[in-house]
Amino acid sequence: MDDATESIDRTAFLAGLELPAHCILSEEAELRPYECDGLSAYRRLPWLVLMPETVDQVQAILAYCHRLKVPVVARGAGTGLSGGALPLGNGVLLSLARFTEILEIDAGNRLARVQPGVRNLAISQAVASRGLYYAPDPSSQIACSIGGNVAENAGGVHCLKYGLTVHNIAALKVVTMDGELLTIGSHALDSAGYDLLALFTGSEGMLGVIVEVSVRLLPVPDYAQVLLAAFDSAEAAGNAVAVIISAGILPAGLEMMDTLAIRAAEDFVHAGYPTGAAAILLCELDGTHAEVDVQLDKVRTLLTDAGAREVRMARDEKERQRFWAGRKASFPAVGRLSPDYYCMDGTIPRKHLGKVLATIGDWSAEYGLPVANVFHAGDGNLHPLILYDANKPGELERTEAFGGRILELCISVGGTITGEHGVGMEKINQMCAQFSEAELMQFHAVKQAFDPDSLLNPGKAIPTLARCAEFGRMHVHHGELPFPELDRF
Amino acid sequence: MTEQDLTDVLCERVTGAAATHTPLYIRGGNSKAFYGHPVEGETLDTREHCGVLEYEPSELVIRARAGTPLAEVEKLLDQQQQMLAFEPPHFSPHSTLGGTVAAGLSGPRRPFSGSARDSVLGAGLINGKGEPLNFGGQVMKNVAGYDLSRLMAGASGTLGLLTDISLKVLPRPETEYTLKQVCTQQEALLRFSDWMAKPLPLSAACWYDDHLYLRLSGTEAGVRHAQHQLGDTMLDQDPSWWTKLRDHGHAFFQRDEPLWRLSVPPATPPLATAGDWLIDWAGGQRWLYSNESAHTIRQLTASVGGHATLFRNTNHSKDIFQPLPAPLFKLQQRLKQAFDPAGILNPGRLYQGL
Repeated sequence: MDDATESIDRTAFLAGLELPAHCILSEEAELRPYECDGLSAYRRLPWLVLMPETVDQVQAILAYCHRLKVPVVARGAGTGLSGGALPLGNGVLLSLARFTEILEIDAGNRLARVQPGVRNLAISQAVASRGLYYAPDPSSQIACSIGGNVAENAGGVHCLKYGLTVHNIAALKVVTMDGELLTIGSHALDSAGYDLLALFTGSEGMLGVIVEVSVRLLPVPDYAQVLLAAFDSAEAAGNAVAVIISAGILPAGLEMMDTLAIRAAEDFVHAGYPTGAAAILLCELDGTHAEVDVQLDKVRTLLTDAGAREVRMARDEKERQRFWAGRKASFPAVGRLSPDYYCMDGTIPRKHLGKVLATIGDWSAEYGLPVANVFHAGDGNLHPLILYDANKPGELERTEAFGGRILELCISVGGTITGEHGVGMEKINQMCAQFSEAELMQFHAVKQAFDPDSLLNPGKAIPTLARCAEFGRMHVHHGELPFPELDRF
Repeated sequence: MTEQDLTDVLCERVTGAAATHTPLYIRGGNSKAFYGHPVEGETLDTREHCGVLEYEPSELVIRARAGTPLAEVEKLLDQQQQMLAFEPPHFSPHSTLGGTVAAGLSGPRRPFSGSARDSVLGAGLINGKGEPLNFGGQVMKNVAGYDLSRLMAGASGTLGLLTDISLKVLPRPETEYTLKQVCTQQEALLRFSDWMAKPLPLSAACWYDDHLYLRLSGTEAGVRHAQHQLGDTMLDQDPSWWTKLRDHGHAFFQRDEPLWRLSVPPATPPLATAGDWLIDWAGGQRWLYSNESAHTIRQLTASVGGHATLFRNTNHSKDIFQPLPAPLFKLQQRLKQAFDPAGILNPGRLYQGL
């Protein structure tokens, strides 16, 4: 991390800033809670935190910072797991936490227009009485805000059937670094010109600041039911996933947990998981009663034929919720096993699951660091949780090295270094492995088109070529590793 | 099945054109030559750069070179009981996968299973400097770097020459029913809005010539149950009706007059423009023949939050796509510049200056 250097005097900056005093945090005690986001291993005390309450104020702040060339980092609820909202020692941390209003619910068009600080779950709660909901459900959905979801293109457990954030939003209002307010997308199903909505989603606060989001809503399915299947090996569970999908079934959720994750979750929330299993699959089907009943029978047979030693259907809605509670609480549950844990977020083509898990297992022994695996099996998104103790000298560094190797393994089997958590600060070095110089330069050119002075969230998401050279990371091109003769599995 | 990798040749071609500032007219099967502004430049035909690169049905992903015929891709998927979710139009048997994604057009299933852009997982492309680049990938979730692959959908080749595309595919529904009912446009729009808010297995909803048309997709039991819920007044209709709608094969589309495509919020009540209407996408996509001026049509569409495209420009008008607000247009120009500094990739196909 670069050391913070103050490029402009803070007192002078504040003197020229037109913002009510209660929107400005500048004392160390006030700044301290903003020193990190959900990735607490990376911390830095912000230079200044601004908490505007109106879009006009956001425009004025950005125009002012643009004029003085002061960098800006936007922050939502601060639940991000890649350090995307890590503040700067010489720039403004722009918190959108006060933008918490649901502005409009358009039930006819199944849209909700909301401010960026509205919590993900609050949207579904607000439209529940109309039989609608907002589909993407990251596990932090109680706390995370929709603006942050858009900035990271957040996922969740229902992505295979219902898509990511990018598939579930219609329009954005964004403020560019020069203070201009733009509307991107529309309430129609498409818009004229380039698809800036796709470009903005997942851009990690590098292109503009999101001040309003129009989300698409879906009718709540009549019926949802979940099957829990226990397997004697992770590989068998992985194969069962392929069998279900090849049979033409698109589950609403398809999640896998390995032994350590199962036991941790069971100890924590008593979900009723079979703790002796090497892996469990949770397979949720939703739709009309008639549709789901037919599919449940079919999936039960497929799971049994694929070697499940036990297949259980939730007896009632309460048990269904409990099955999911175990999965959704798996991160904090694993957190109870160890002083610290490091959550990875690689995505792989599902067919490589068996060998990827075996390799992670070997490396776990090599580094002496236990790993619990939680897997969005339907869409290939793997979350290995590495257990470590930050107070033991060298253990964080070993964990980061181990994590880096896992990400490079994901690239080498044709996957990606981040499925849904974003690059942020955390995976910036692995970007050098996933992309070529020309590709990184193309990203920088796109950034330049929006923010020529590189004032928005500098140093995040896209590494400079100099950084890549410094870290000497290899670029894994089309899955071709250097030294292909070496056995990596 | 033919298969050929011409990436190097195509890169050289673009590099050469950039050096001499020679505009390129990128084409696949030329099935959508009528769409957008004509491009004056050297023709670059992508069809020999073809072949399916990866397809594993259990991964729900197909990756193919841009010049691969769309029909070939769909045939391969069909053999595995899978399909492209966005039901792309085939305006001729020669449509290519590259042209399909570049135009970004979607068929009747779009409001229910997503657009062409929504299906894109990754793309290989050659930028205006002749550099081969890869963005996205073959996995469902990927947030490494900016989403430049989905940005290519609908950019009509003005930001990059697509070389290969990875698309998410879906299982083909076990059963599909097509139903028909006499209905006014106003009533149809109200019913669409009502049905769309309910968990029904809909996969297409259209209104034309005082009839509404619905398609239900899913398991036999699920579809039969939904049909029962909708009431017994619906008549069965030949399912090829949707293919003809998708490919503009119906008599409605055969007129030699300017054809407007209005994209509006689906629940928008009937628009007060005299003319002949065909409503698709449960109200979201409205086709129109009208004697009203372009200005009037665009203003009316914009006033309800939509945009109007002169889809078949039989009068050679200079104004095809809805004009963009100045700050947004400036940003798009800068984006074009970021990909194609010499301005040689399909210049002007979408807008003058892009």
